Amino acid sequence: MSDWDPSQPILEIENLSISFFTRLREIPAVMDFSCTVMPGEAMGLVGESGCGKSTVALGVMQDLGRNGRIVGGSIKFKGRDLNLMSDAELRQIRGSEIAMIYQEPMASLNPAMKVGAQLAEVPMIHQGMNKKAAWALARQIVEDVRLPDPDRILKAYPHQLSGGQQQRIVIAMALMSKPALLILDEPTTALDVTVEAGIVDLVKELGRKYGTSMLFISHNLGLILDTCDRLCVMYSGEAVETGSVRQVFDKMRHPYTQALFRSIPLPGADKNARPLIAIPGNFPLPHERPEGCNFGPRCDYFQQGLCDRGTIPMETIQGGDRHESRCLRFRQIDWAAPPKAGKTFEKAEPGKVVLRMDDLRKYYEVSANALFGRSGETKVVKANETLTFEARESETLAIVGESGCGKSTFAKVLMGLETATSGRVRLYGEEIQDTPIEKRNTNTVSSVQMVFQNPFDTLNPSMTVGRQIIRALEVFGEGKSDRERREKMLDLMDLVKLPREFADRMPRQLSGGQKQRVGIARAFAGGAKIVVADEPVSALDVSVQAAVTDLLMEIQRREKTTLLFISHDLSIVRYLADRVMVMYLGHVVEMGTTDEVFAPPYHPYTEALLSAVPIADTRVKKKRIVLEGDIPSAMNPPPGCPFQTRCRWKAHVPGNLCEIEVPPIKKLPGGHQIKCHLTDDDFATMEPVIEIAAE
Amino acid sequence: MLNFLARRLVTMLLTALCLTFIVFALTNLHPNLEKLAKQQASVRMSDAQVTSWLASHGYARPLVQRYGEWLGVVPGWTGKDAEGRPTGRCLSHYEGIKGATIPRYCGILQGDWGYSTVFREGVGGFLATRLAATGWLMLWVLIVMIPTSLVMGVLAGMREGSRLDRTLSVASIASTSTPEYVSGVVLIVLFGSSFTGLSLLFKQWGLISGGVILKGNATSAMSHITFDNFALPVATISIYGVGYIARMTRASMTEVMTAQYIRTARLKGVKFRNIVLRHALRNALIAPFTVIMLQIPWLLNGVVVTETLFSYKGFGWTLVQAASNNDIELLMGCSVVAVIVVLLTQLISDIGYVYLNPRIRIS
Repeated sequence: MSDWDPSQPILEIENLSISFFTRLREIPAVMDFSCTVMPGEAMGLVGESGCGKSTVALGVMQDLGRNGRIVGGSIKFKGRDLNLMSDAELRQIRGSEIAMIYQEPMASLNPAMKVGAQLAEVPMIHQGMNKKAAWALARQIVEDVRLPDPDRILKAYPHQLSGGQQQRIVIAMALMSKPALLILDEPTTALDVTVEAGIVDLVKELGRKYGTSMLFISHNLGLILDTCDRLCVMYSGEAVETGSVRQVFDKMRHPYTQALFRSIPLPGADKNARPLIAIPGNFPLPHERPEGCNFGPRCDYFQQGLCDRGTIPMETIQGGDRHESRCLRFRQIDWAAPPKAGKTFEKAEPGKVVLRMDDLRKYYEVSANALFGRSGETKVVKANETLTFEARESETLAIVGESGCGKSTFAKVLMGLETATSGRVRLYGEEIQDTPIEKRNTNTVSSVQMVFQNPFDTLNPSMTVGRQIIRALEVFGEGKSDRERREKMLDLMDLVKLPREFADRMPRQLSGGQKQRVGIARAFAGGAKIVVADEPVSALDVSVQAAVTDLLMEIQRREKTTLLFISHDLSIVRYLADRVMVMYLGHVVEMGTTDEVFAPPYHPYTEALLSAVPIADTRVKKKRIVLEGDIPSAMNPPPGCPFQTRCRWKAHVPGNLCEIEVPPIKKLPGGHQIKCHLTDDDFATMEPVIEIAAE
Repeated sequence: MLNFLARRLVTMLLTALCLTFIVFALTNLHPNLEKLAKQQASVRMSDAQVTSWLASHGYARPLVQRYGEWLGVVPGWTGKDAEGRPTGRCLSHYEGIKGATIPRYCGILQGDWGYSTVFREGVGGFLATRLAATGWLMLWVLIVMIPTSLVMGVLAGMREGSRLDRTLSVASIASTSTPEYVSGVVLIVLFGSSFTGLSLLFKQWGLISGGVILKGNATSAMSHITFDNFALPVATISIYGVGYIARMTRASMTEVMTAQYIRTARLKGVKFRNIVLRHALRNALIAPFTVIMLQIPWLLNGVVVTETLFSYKGFGWTLVQAASNNDIELLMGCSVVAVIVVLLTQLISDIGYVYLNPRIRIS
């Protein structure tokens, strides 16, 4: 590798094509893909699921499995073509020159090997280091990735660490032999936002420290803006636009990139005045790609006779820094034109109170140790602490918080899957906190319904879509005869904008977004008054999210439904919620209207949460607040204020008040409430986290 | 850990009680008792004679009471026979011993396993020698079966769909679909018969001096185990188990090989050999471990056919004899042994599982 000149690209992919071979046909996964990564550069690879971005990464690693094969092009790493290397040569490069960080840290670590052994293995293989030196190096790198108590961690098994810690270990493993290129495949998708912020900071800092080049794969444009210098947007197996991050974000020259940016909720978008513009249609399946431009059928600028024939080459854009676009019409399109104004809506006025919660508590008792513990030792998990709020008709109340904050428990209590430990839940004045779902009457059940997070698991795979909706109608006692119910089912299909033919299809024949529509239809089958939407779009692709969100809003406007929107995604919450409730470790730490919560004064946790969310807008200036450590376990919460262990404002409170006493709820003007010991003066000094620079 | 063991022991005891009671009830059904009476006294007894025989031998009392006696929580019955000599449950063992104090209780809890009506011998001692014989057989079966099957399974599973995988899979499916009474007969014909099979060929070619390659009868192994007399019974039992465990190991191995942490190891630059040995093996053995432990009680009944076939007088053979002669106490003894073996192996498998799988171990 000595003949490689550091001014040359570290990774050079030229016209790469990768196909998977099944018994039936060849499925092209990546076509004509080119990109160059210079030393020390961070290259982002953006696209929706199935666009081939992970395949590119595995192609670089030459690990495509038995069915995948590189059918054309070259991948040069430091000037040498990886496609032509023998297994032994590849083994030398893997782990030492090119390292990879994976999406699911838990699954990527060997469950039956100690963390230290997994780390030490890398230098033992590549540098022939002895065991002792390798463990010493592992200890040092573990410190480098800022994990507390490295000695304990090295001796731990992966399952004994939290998700964030596991991902730090995976990063440490990748850094063990100081690779020249780091491939990160959605490294933070499985993590909470505040943990994500920590990991992103770490990756950036380590990249600077070691001068590592990075290939950063993500579907999150905001994250790419935070981490990368250049990016490459992929659509259906092709790179459609590539360039520096600023250019692509501010001067995009491909309709797909533009449509993508218009469909994500950026600050300024509003569900009534400036609704999101969803990309029409669906992502084409690999074997059903159209002639000509893959994006053609969904493109606003589509021109018949031009865009639907032949292959479309990447073209360089004049005046850009290696800025290229795969569009025949990018010179004709007026990129500065504002988006066609969508429908705007009157702001719906919230009606009467339909749901009221008073001091709701839900505690779980768990036995500490089922197998080898002392008997009779139980611990109490305080999943929900004194929840008090009300929700009105046709209002959207967002419940925000990271995993383990108790938002799902609250939904379970409301649905009747669990009964409350104490407190009251009143639905139209009727107390339901102690009635489990089996004992609720049909009316109550059908009026509180849920849209689930993962549409892939919540539909019965062996029943047609229509049948499943009819089943819900039967359960809710809707309709008198089968014929009547079938009619009603078809109406529901219209409501969620699915073609009526889909009623006879099986769930597997539907895309993720379509499945979620079925889920919504099922929830509204009994004329639900309150719908709990538990992360309804987080499993969906960006371009579909907007359409599903819009649908929910539209049904809500028509049916005057109360929507309880559970989410960790603050961008979407800001876009669609009327009021926001922020939860941390079972406590509601802040509650108010969306504008109140998103502007100072904040609860310190809300402040950190807002700062952690990556925003895909170059105009936005953010204050960087990275929380230290992990969320404490709900089994063993800190005394006093739940947030005191990670709070950066703690020093402003005299004495150790935060550690002794749970803060009172501080009521600010306009119904805004914050659970914090800080004084009004402290609150007054808070600065906004997100600022939009004037254009 | 201790608490866990204690709880497991209590459940085991309860299970053992229930199971032995069921066996006791079934062996003491009236037709069985009638058969026993005719066998013990005279085949041509009248119904009235049978009834009086049963009464005088303590069989006429309620089932639960007799179960209690067998267990040793109810005092043994006493009575007088036709000549006026005292009889009783606890008496039989002390016949001829002058001045011995006869205990009131004589059940399994007192260590008295009862008296075999077929072999005219105490069940406890009789079973112990038989179990020892079977223990040797099982030991050799395990020594042959486990390494073979694990190696087969791991080799087949490490590269799913390869030629090696297909060959080994065909072999293991074939072996597991061959029951002992088929494989045993085939093996005897091939190796253990001087009239046909390989033995005849080998003799014609002058390769062996004796009549057969391997002995088709394992009676001599009771006193002295050699390769000659033990290979065929061990092979017969192993063949079935090997295929089964190999299939389980293969399934678990193929699953592990597609796991993401194997990809991590591969992309760390680990050699394929080390991926299999260091990263995959331990994870792949978690599932087969339970299966192997389940195989041990199965071996106990597997030996029934094999021991009978090779006339090796072990536990299986005893079970057959006891069952066909309705030897109640011996059958009860057998079932107690079986229950203990099953429950004990389950306990071992649970504990071993915890050690193999660190996710279950609590820090």
